[in-house]
Amino acid sequence: MSPAFLNFIEIVLNGLMAGIMYSLVALGFVLIFKASGIFNFAQGVMALFAALTLVGLQTGQVPFSHLINAIFGTELHHWGSGLHTVLAILFTMALMILLAWVIERVVLKHLVNQEPIILFMATIGLAYFLEGFGDLMWGSDVKVLDVGLPSGGSLWWEDVTRTWVTEGSEYWGMYIDRLDVAATSVAVILVVGLSAFSQYTATGRALRAVADDHQAAMSVGISLRTIWVIVWSIAGFVALVAGIMWGSKSGVQFSLSLIALKALPVLILGGFTSIPGAIVGGLIIGVGEKLAEAYVGPLVGGAIENWFAYMLALAFLLVRPQGLFGDRIIERI
Amino acid sequence: MFYREAGDFKTSYAADQQTFPIKSERWLFWAFIAIAFLVVPFFINDYWNKAVLMPLLIYAMAALGLNILTGYCGQVSLGTGGFMAVGAYACYKLMTAFPGMDMFSVVILSGFITAGVGLLFGIPSLRIKGFYLAVATLAAQFFLVWMFNKFAWFYNYSASGQITAPERTVFGIAVTGPSTTPWATYLFALTFVFVFGWVARNLTRGRLGRSWMAIRDMDIAAEIIGVSPLRAKLSAFGVSSFYIGMAGAMFFANYLGAIEVTEAFGIEKSFLVLFMVIIGGLGSILGSFLGAVFLVLLPVLLKNIMVGYLGWATDLAAHVQIMLIGGLIVFFLIAEPHGLAQLWRVTKEKLRLWPFPY
Amino acid sequence: MNMHYSSAGGAHRDNLAKGETLLQVDNISLSFGGVKAIQDVSFDIKKGEIRAIIGPNGAGKTSMLNVINGFYHPQEGTITFRGKERRRMRPHVAAQQGISRTFQNIALFKGMSVLDNIMTGRMTLQKRNMLWHALWHGPAQMEELEHRAAVEKIIDFLEIEAIRKTPSGRLPYGLQKRVELGRALAAEPALLLLDEPMAGMNLEEKEDMSRFILDVNHQFGTTIALIEHDMGVVMDLSDRVMVLDYGRKIGDGTPDDVRKNRDVIDAYLGVSHDD
Repeated sequence: MSPAFLNFIEIVLNGLMAGIMYSLVALGFVLIFKASGIFNFAQGVMALFAALTLVGLQTGQVPFSHLINAIFGTELHHWGSGLHTVLAILFTMALMILLAWVIERVVLKHLVNQEPIILFMATIGLAYFLEGFGDLMWGSDVKVLDVGLPSGGSLWWEDVTRTWVTEGSEYWGMYIDRLDVAATSVAVILVVGLSAFSQYTATGRALRAVADDHQAAMSVGISLRTIWVIVWSIAGFVALVAGIMWGSKSGVQFSLSLIALKALPVLILGGFTSIPGAIVGGLIIGVGEKLAEAYVGPLVGGAIENWFAYMLALAFLLVRPQGLFGDRIIERI
Repeated sequence: MFYREAGDFKTSYAADQQTFPIKSERWLFWAFIAIAFLVVPFFINDYWNKAVLMPLLIYAMAALGLNILTGYCGQVSLGTGGFMAVGAYACYKLMTAFPGMDMFSVVILSGFITAGVGLLFGIPSLRIKGFYLAVATLAAQFFLVWMFNKFAWFYNYSASGQITAPERTVFGIAVTGPSTTPWATYLFALTFVFVFGWVARNLTRGRLGRSWMAIRDMDIAAEIIGVSPLRAKLSAFGVSSFYIGMAGAMFFANYLGAIEVTEAFGIEKSFLVLFMVIIGGLGSILGSFLGAVFLVLLPVLLKNIMVGYLGWATDLAAHVQIMLIGGLIVFFLIAEPHGLAQLWRVTKEKLRLWPFPY
Repeated sequence: MNMHYSSAGGAHRDNLAKGETLLQVDNISLSFGGVKAIQDVSFDIKKGEIRAIIGPNGAGKTSMLNVINGFYHPQEGTITFRGKERRRMRPHVAAQQGISRTFQNIALFKGMSVLDNIMTGRMTLQKRNMLWHALWHGPAQMEELEHRAAVEKIIDFLEIEAIRKTPSGRLPYGLQKRVELGRALAAEPALLLLDEPMAGMNLEEKEDMSRFILDVNHQFGTTIALIEHDMGVVMDLSDRVMVLDYGRKIGDGTPDDVRKNRDVIDAYLGVSHDD
């Protein structure tokens, strides 16, 4: 194989792995959208919040220390050397469930039957609130998250791929980050697990019933509010996983919440209600972005990753307004 | 009695169409305008101008623009920041290419250029609806900011990548550049906001406004009634971008004087203006102003309390502020989805009928 | 009853005399994917008549109206309106040519007042462009006032003066139906399509609505095509009746003819199809 072709493969592989991360975030969106018709803009900030909390617990930060110090003139910052990673993850998950419950209590309960766009905007407000709250709780400095996942390039893979090249040409092997591989494995497990959950458990069935028709679901005795808490908790779990992966990769910082925006084109491609759609959409966006950056980027000065996904989604929408897996829309009046 | 009338006494349809049907309200409005134009300029200082009045006026302009698109025509846009950037860069290029041009023309032309770009990005709205369109406008947001960052022609190859407004005048008085005075920039922006606030009211009360609202409320029925979706949507995109472009131009030239695109016109700006429109009231001219006033004053107030009075660190204050704004958005959506303008209307109705509400 | 249009047939003046063919539908077939909604249906509407389209649920009646005003595009067949044949047309163009309608499930603009809803009906008759509207005072306002006067006559005619400033979403069902009729009338249509104008109404409301329909037809000579399930109303109001069943035309003629038609009786009594 020629080095150019091997490079191409490397880009596609990296794109696929970046893509599965997008899928992971998009999955959180799809779950909430299916169960409540809410387009949850706060999903990204939830990931940030989860990651912040995890780091805070791991390193033994005192929550709200800045605020407490400012009010009482104290000098608090750490209460100890922190929790064991597993314990920290469990506590964070408990907090995410609590958060889901509070969101249902304080926000969603009062917005039943509002137009989707109002709900969407409410989640933007929620995102702002959570962002401020997270920063207030743990501080806004960039944090390093280490839960013991492997990282750095895989030397083994470099050695293997070096042998694939045509004799005589110069090639140093493919670079694949082991963290990406770990993240991909986790994402795959999560996706399979969630699909199975929604397909084969009673809660999953109730969840799908609610997605189909709120009124009808309620009339057969499904509690809408319980379902919402469950769904937001699952979304919180997905956010935690996404937060761990993205946080380990590029540090826990505000930009983490922006991956929520990246999930939007993914959803456009895959459709708002389809789990397989979210996965395929994420992969397409991931690969498309990396390919565009590598082959089109140099022609126009680079950094097109910022907008390429959106343009791709836009172009796609113009051809198929109903998304990748959606049925053709027959409008009625 | 003050602020009241006992019944519907209008004798012509023209009287029925008035913006302020109640006499005392009309007086109140004109008194307010007179103070804004004739009194404030004599008392204005640099702090009030920079911290309160200029951002208030400019955001009111942007909110008017977004409200026409989102509130009246129902097309959600997350591209406001990008379109403001178009206005700012158009303004900069016009200022540097035609040094003799007066600032009124520069701002209006910047508006028209932005309208052109807005039309272009409005085309997808003919096929795409709702959230899908919101994502399409995100494409505009990120693409435009990237473009102004990437191509040095837009910032005249300046080493810093910033654009800086040279001095330009209106009637011989500097309204941009380092030697301008607070009252001059204030009056300049006020004039624009006053005139185009009036124009926005005119556009929304007649046939055009009805075509937008019809598309918003039920697009299929609107088309069958005879509203051309192409014309209604594109005109909304065009007019909206015109306003947002002028806001962007003034934001750059009259208010800040120098900007860097990713900092000044990022996605946060899109959200900020969207919040103003929601809190103020979707589909309300008054609401655009109220929303801008609210979201400009709130941070100033909070900062004064937390940093000035309590002596907290600025970053801590910033966290509390963003949290509060988020909370307020949620609160408003729950308590009054139609915003401050609706609260105002309801209060007015009650005053009119008081003390016999039935 | 002192409403006057500029002429019979309203703003959409034509040279057709009463009884000439206003709309001719030839061999229309419409399907969605594999579902055949309309199969090879032909019929005509004559100027000045009230034409009813009846049939069981799912017979393709609403689809037929949607085809007539350009919302659905049939795979086969042609439509000739006022002597002009067309194949594909956007709904707003049909509206401009003088076809207006009401909807089975009310489609009022809920955020707008009754007055604005009916004013929207005159969209196609207003000509002033955006620049005049930006200035308002002058031509734009003059035009608005002129059309407001016309709309007030309709408000008067439909006896809805008291609710003109009410947001239409807040009105009770029967009144919403009436406002929708007003909005359709405001366009001064040459052909008025009414999709179940009396669905869900009580007897009194039905009588009111019937009276409005007859008045529109008699006083302004407006041609009306309507879909209705109440057979009593249909037989009393209409000049001619077309019957659809499973997308096919099974009867067409005066109310008396149709009442005697064997196929129609079968369709309504639910006799199985064994053809």
